[in-house]
Amino acid sequence: MDSNLNALTTIFTEFYYWVTVVFMFLIHVGFCLYEVSASRRKNHMHTLMKNLMIIPLVTVTFFFFGWWIYWAFPNFPFFGGLDLAASSANTPWSDTMGTNLNDHITGVFWAAFLLFSWTAASIVSGSVIERIRSSAFWLHAILIGSVFWVIDAAWGWHYAGWMVRELGYHDAYASGVIHAIAGGYALGVLTVLGPRIGKFDDDGAPRDIPPHNPWLLTIGIFMIYTGFWGFYAACNVPIISPEIIDGQIIGSTWTATNIYLSPTSLSAITFNFLMSLSGGLMAAYIVSKGDAFWTFSGGLAGIITASAGNDLYHPMQAMLIGAIGVVFAYKLHYWVERKFKIDDAVGAVAVHGYSGFIGLVISGFVLWGSPSSPFEGYQTINPLGQLAGAIIMFGLLGFLPAYIVTRIQSSLGVLRIPKSMELSGLDFLDDELYQKSRAGIIAAEEKESDR
Amino acid sequence: MSTIGYQNWAVDLAEVSAIYPFQGYEVLMTVVGVIFWLGWHWLQFRNENEELKKNSKSVTDPKTIN
Repeated sequence: MDSNLNALTTIFTEFYYWVTVVFMFLIHVGFCLYEVSASRRKNHMHTLMKNLMIIPLVTVTFFFFGWWIYWAFPNFPFFGGLDLAASSANTPWSDTMGTNLNDHITGVFWAAFLLFSWTAASIVSGSVIERIRSSAFWLHAILIGSVFWVIDAAWGWHYAGWMVRELGYHDAYASGVIHAIAGGYALGVLTVLGPRIGKFDDDGAPRDIPPHNPWLLTIGIFMIYTGFWGFYAACNVPIISPEIIDGQIIGSTWTATNIYLSPTSLSAITFNFLMSLSGGLMAAYIVSKGDAFWTFSGGLAGIITASAGNDLYHPMQAMLIGAIGVVFAYKLHYWVERKFKIDDAVGAVAVHGYSGFIGLVISGFVLWGSPSSPFEGYQTINPLGQLAGAIIMFGLLGFLPAYIVTRIQSSLGVLRIPKSMELSGLDFLDDELYQKSRAGIIAAEEKESDR
Repeated sequence: MSTIGYQNWAVDLAEVSAIYPFQGYEVLMTVVGVIFWLGWHWLQFRNENEELKKNSKSVTDPKTIN
């Protein structure tokens, strides 16, 4: 930091990302509340612990190898080898991965990506509640949070990623790189895991298992909305000069950019965040006939659908695209549920996976021919590239590895809890111990009052 | 002697980089960290198996049903 302007920019950027990280923590709090509320009373504490432990497990593995993958994989394996030069500063033994007065940004930048990792794992967590073994899920949390989403980010959410360069892939606020992959991953796990006991009747018709605490669930999803603001801000570079970008932009006007270093503004994403939220809420209210929980989730799905292009859309486009995505996700959710007997406890595959997928496809048409990057030689945004990107995110890096790993877990007998436990509830023994303890205390109190 | 390499701050900060303790042992610290992480999974998996067995037994034991 050798000049005042340089120092100010560095400290502002450092603080900016730090604030986004704190905001994004609310996403995880929201997911915990939502997931626990959606579970039945007999499974409360295990459901909470399953989600909570995402935090340490994904954090340490993201420190060990997730962050390195992001910097090493932009062209690997299809268009070159591992980028060992760029990734060497991001190994767990690099001196910039600790207290270092010559590096003011790595920690907060690392944390911003880490919070995306928690989100990816948390999306999967909600869909599999009340029957998966915690150990089985935590392996998936590490795989989606510290491996597969990071590979897709290196490929399609990095200024030098091969998908951006070769396909013109554009996904500014992660319709695909977080949501489609996490939704696809959840579907891969659910396909093998199977439904909860009693979810489908003898004729195969699905039964509704309503949340036990709708108010806590409401607070949870509102917290996710709030954290999503932080997520949007974290996806931007807040201020940067054309000289630093070193691409095709001429002149000396500083700008905010998206993750690809292409220009946008906080104003634009604020318009579009709120308009896509509104489009999603309105469409969900109509299509679900006023169902509160689908309406809440529809707001989220609206934002997710528009996120791929929310750096460039007009607010009207963001609103309408958000609405379209919700209708698509809602209809597909019930069709898949009936057809394939998929029990997605919180609708995560629909809200994140289907919305993210369709959002990518739509953005390919709406942004057709727009630059995907400020650098020369990159393919422009196009429908085919976005469709290919959606398939890679949802199918190749989401559904496929999840399906394979879950199959292996199932064959080893380490995937699902025993049927007797599922019937009695995961918290059965804890409740028993509590009741015994309570009875003992009451007896002791009665004895004391008789003296 | 100082574990961070500095005993006072009479330095030009432009020339200061890492200031955490035991610089030079980062790989070793990572190995210890990975062992801690994998060990946690092993312990958790073992405990979970025991817990599920115990719970399943309790569930089928009429004495524990209120």
